[in-house]
Amino acid sequence: MNQNKPLRSTVGKKVIMAVSGIFLMLFLIVHLGGNLTMFAGSDLFNSYAHHLEGLGPLLWVAEAGLLAIFLFHVISAFQVVAEKKRARTDRYAVTASKGGPSKVTAASKSMIYTGIILLLFIPAHIWMFKFNGGEPHPVTEVHGTEMKDLYASVAEAFANPVVAFGYAAVMFLLGMHLRHGFWSSLQSLGAMAPKCSPLIYTVGFIFALLLAGGFLVLPLYFYFTQIGGAA
Amino acid sequence: MKFTIKMWRQEGPEIPGSFVEYSIDNVLPEMSFLEMLDNLNEEIIGRGEEPVAFDSDCREGICGMCGLVINGMAHGPKRACTTCELRMREFPDGAVITVEPFRAKGFPVIKDLVVDRGAFDRIIAAGGYVSVNTGSAPDGNAIPISKDIAEKAMDAAACIGCGACVAACPNASASLFTSAKISQLALLPQGHAERKQRALRMVEQMDREVFGNCSNHAECEAACPKSISIDNIARMRREYMKAMR
Ligand code: HEM
Ligand code: FES
Repeated sequence: MNQNKPLRSTVGKKVIMAVSGIFLMLFLIVHLGGNLTMFAGSDLFNSYAHHLEGLGPLLWVAEAGLLAIFLFHVISAFQVVAEKKRARTDRYAVTASKGGPSKVTAASKSMIYTGIILLLFIPAHIWMFKFNGGEPHPVTEVHGTEMKDLYASVAEAFANPVVAFGYAAVMFLLGMHLRHGFWSSLQSLGAMAPKCSPLIYTVGFIFALLLAGGFLVLPLYFYFTQIGGAA
Repeated sequence: MKFTIKMWRQEGPEIPGSFVEYSIDNVLPEMSFLEMLDNLNEEIIGRGEEPVAFDSDCREGICGMCGLVINGMAHGPKRACTTCELRMREFPDGAVITVEPFRAKGFPVIKDLVVDRGAFDRIIAAGGYVSVNTGSAPDGNAIPISKDIAEKAMDAAACIGCGACVAACPNASASLFTSAKISQLALLPQGHAERKQRALRMVEQMDREVFGNCSNHAECEAACPKSISIDNIARMRREYMKAMR
C-alpha cells in the first residue's frame, strides 16, 4: 500500500508538515526583517518594498512556491486531524496529562485552531496590504524615484484600534503555533538527538517569542504613536 | 481507606457502555489497584452480579497485560508504573476514582475494561524480528557494541507492549510502541540486514491498524511504565526516511 507511496504514510505526512512548516518559518523571518525596517522610517521600508516588487518574475515564482508550500502544510494539517478523529471515536470521560516529559500544552493541543485562524487571517492580510483593500496605493517619492507609499497604508490601517489589536491577537496565536511547531518540526524530521531535545524545546519557545513578538509590536507601535491623530 | 469507583461497564464489543458507581471500604494503602478491584469483584459476585472484567497476568510490571485509564491517565497518576504496581496510597482517602478502558479504534473493547491489543502483534509480525541467521550465541565480545548503543537498544527493548502510549496519546497514535520495536533492532548489528524493510513494513502496518498520526505531544513518554523516550520516534522517522530512498 504505502510502501510505494511512503509520503502518504503517517511518517511521510509529518515530513511534509515539518518541511513546509520550516519553509514558512524561514519566510516569516525574512518577512519580519522587512517589517522591522519600518522602525528606521518610511523611506527605508518603502524602498525595500519597491526593490522587492522590482524583482518581477522572480518574485512571482517565489510567491507561487510559497503558496504551494502553504497548501501542502494546510492539506496535511487537515489529514492529520482527520486521522486523529478516526483513531479515537469513543472519547474519554476524563483526560489528564501525567506531566514530566509530556509536551502537551495549550499550544500543542490547539495547533489546528491557531492554524485555522492563520488560514483565515493570511488572505485578509494580503488583500489589506498587498492590494490595499482594492484601492489604488498612495504614492510617494524617495530619492527622486516614485513608488508606492506602503508605509502610509500600514500606518493608516493600524490607526484603527480594531485592526491594530486584531493583528496583535493573531500574532499571539502565531506565537502559540510556533511554540509547539518549531520543536515539533525537528522532531518530525528525526533531527533530534536525546541530549539536545530539551534545549531545542527551549529554543523553540524563544524563537516563537521573538518572531511573534516582532510582528506583534508593529501594530501596537503604530496605534499608540498615532493616538490623537499624530503620525 | 474508602473509595468511590466510577467504573466503565460494557457488555461486549458493539454494545454501548456506561459508567456504574461502586463504593468500596476497607482498602489498605499498600494494596495494588488490581487487588482493590479483586476485592470489589468479590463484593459484586457476592451480590450475584457480573464482576468487572479487566486484564492482568504477572502483577509485577513485566508482562504488559494490565492497563486501565485511571482518572484520565493511562496506568494512573504515578509515572513509570504499571496499573498492577500502582498502590492505593497514591489516592487520597475517600476519593472518587474514574476507571476507563484504553480507548482507541485500534484497541476495540472486548468487555468492560478489556481491550483487544492484537494490532500490536500484527505490527511486530510485519517486521519486528530478525529472520536472517545470526548464528548461535556469539562470544562475549565477538561483536563489539559500544556501551552507549547497548544502553539505547536496551532502553527501547524495555517496552512491554502494554499500549499505554496509544491510550495516553491525544491522537491515539502507536508511534512510541512501533518506534521502540524498530529501534531495539535498528541499533544493533544483527538488526541491520533488514532495517529498511522493517521500518517500511512496520509503519505501514501501524497505519493500517487505524492508529492516529504523531503530533509530538510526548504524552506517551509520560504514560509509559518503562519511560521509553520519544527519541525512539525520532529514530523511527530517520529509519523510515532512509528506507524511502
Ligand atoms: C505562516 C504560517 C504557518 C507556520 C510558520 C506554520 C508552522 C508550523 C510548524 C513549524 C509546524 C510543526 C510541524 C510538525 O509538527 O512537524 C506546524 C504544525 C501544524 N500546523 Fe502550521 N504553520 C503555519 C500555518 C498553518 C495553517 C494555515 C494551518 C491550517 C490549518 C496550520 C496547521 C498546523 C497543524 C494542525 C499543525 C500540527 C500538525 C500535527 O498535529 O502533527 N499551520 N506548523
Ligand atoms: S499485570 Fe503484568 S505488567 Fe501489570
